[in-house]
Amino acid sequence: MTADDEQSPARLLRIALAQCSPALGDVERNLALHLRLIEQARSQQADLVVFPELSLTGYFVRDMTPDVALEAGGPQIARLLQAAGPTALVCGFVEEAARARFFNSVLFAEGGRVVHVHRKVYLPTYGLFDEQRYFAAGDRIQAFDSARFGRIGMLICEDFWHLSAAAIMQAEEVDILLCVSNSPARGVDGPKVRTAETYENLCRAYAQLLGAVVILVNRVGFEDGLCFWGGSMVVGPDGQIIAQAPFLDESLTLAEFDPLELRRARITTPLARDERLLTTIEELVRIKRQRYS
Amino acid sequence: MMHSQQIVNLTINAELVAEILRRFIRNEIRRAGFSRAVLGLSGGLDSSTVALLAAEALGPENVLAVVMPYKTSSPASLRDAQLVIAQTGVRSIEISITEQIDAYFARFPDASQLRLANKCARERMTILYDQSAAFEGLVLGTSNKSELLLGYGTQYGDLASAINPVGDLYKTQLRQLAAYLGVPEPILQKPPSGDLWVGQTDEGELGFTYAEVDRLLYLMVDRRWRRAELIEVGFAAEFVDRVATLIRRNHYKRRMPVIAKLSHRTVDRDFRYARDWGT
Repeated sequence: MTADDEQSPARLLRIALAQCSPALGDVERNLALHLRLIEQARSQQADLVVFPELSLTGYFVRDMTPDVALEAGGPQIARLLQAAGPTALVCGFVEEAARARFFNSVLFAEGGRVVHVHRKVYLPTYGLFDEQRYFAAGDRIQAFDSARFGRIGMLICEDFWHLSAAAIMQAEEVDILLCVSNSPARGVDGPKVRTAETYENLCRAYAQLLGAVVILVNRVGFEDGLCFWGGSMVVGPDGQIIAQAPFLDESLTLAEFDPLELRRARITTPLARDERLLTTIEELVRIKRQRYS
Repeated sequence: MMHSQQIVNLTINAELVAEILRRFIRNEIRRAGFSRAVLGLSGGLDSSTVALLAAEALGPENVLAVVMPYKTSSPASLRDAQLVIAQTGVRSIEISITEQIDAYFARFPDASQLRLANKCARERMTILYDQSAAFEGLVLGTSNKSELLLGYGTQYGDLASAINPVGDLYKTQLRQLAAYLGVPEPILQKPPSGDLWVGQTDEGELGFTYAEVDRLLYLMVDRRWRRAELIEVGFAAEFVDRVATLIRRNHYKRRMPVIAKLSHRTVDRDFRYARDWGT
């Protein structure tokens, strides 16, 4: 991750996947759920605890959206930061921004402060999804540097299904690509839920193509008949699953990885080094010219 | 040219489906503040399957199977219902609807078979909801996806329920789930019937088999195939049109009553909350 890693054996990073089932529209109850799981994660010496998309509100918030919205700098988030102490925190919330804009957001906090907020860019509004009706779309896909985990990129659920978002994160040269989701089960003809299969394929492919650790945290439980399948996972840069939470059950799953694996993988397969970013940009500019002129 | 039989595979992973549905029943019942369930048990495939699922999900002592025969109901149906009750150990109560149905239709002796069938279905619904209050359990629906789409059910009758675990399974798929759960063999083997009158079968009344119509429904509804594409793989044009019409004409049964909109926020239109609001 950094030059320091090359000199001294890096400590293993412990990541807690907080695969929970938030209550729909009950922020207080969900705060209590977060505090409980944060405490558990801390007692297991986790360096980072990750909650799923909209973990503070539940998924189908619909007309409740303005009622359950929080500000990233507000007192509820502050309570979580205080509880997390030295453990870094990722959680999902409805973010109220200026001029009554509501975003489906995820925050990364470390050392008692919010370091980065990603606002979901791709709001699915088809099939069972209706997000654009309630949320404003984010317009940034940016990585950030953390104090202890290297460079991190965060995506939310549908963002992860857009190759462009992953490509931007590759250009950002992230060490960790983190996806939080509320993925409902669809397709029950195979050995596992079809949506779970797709997510696993994406996680493994992105981990290998980006030479990064991919962390997926998906929720469990039901909302109006929709079954969220869980199956949160951490995938190493070789595309192998390091740890996986159970399907359908709530769990706090601990995963450990050795940051030096990133160096080793990048030596074996230096895809990011060989990336022709300028060629990509030039081709995109050409397509833009052709399509929008 | 590929035939629809080669294209459509309605096989489900019954183990996975059972796992999801048991959790669904537990979750939706508990978050509503209950721990028990009530269902109408006819002795047919759908209600027997739901009885097995509910018994496994909640424990048999928390499930009440209500058997509600009418005088023309087949004795075999009652026997089959008893098989399920014995096998699962769920609680049960038998309540005949003959007296009240006959008392009502004594005033309307010329009423059609359809009126009688619908009245029976609604009579059973009122009993189920009353038993639901007495037993403190939610009413489980047993309508499958084939019936829901074709509108083969009585609005506010057998279509009424608090939660329906099998409404997204075609009859063909429900049969696989039933076999996996161990629904008694006589129930698996007999032709589907609403037991609406002596000798009635669903397939006889509908004029096609569930195997045929499920393939068509799957391509039409789930996969959004167009009419010409369906005919191309061997479905008769008249069959496609008839099923499309049934789906459309019965859509009202799947919806809340239409409300005349006057204000800025109208219930079921732009007053949008999940059923599981706040839980």
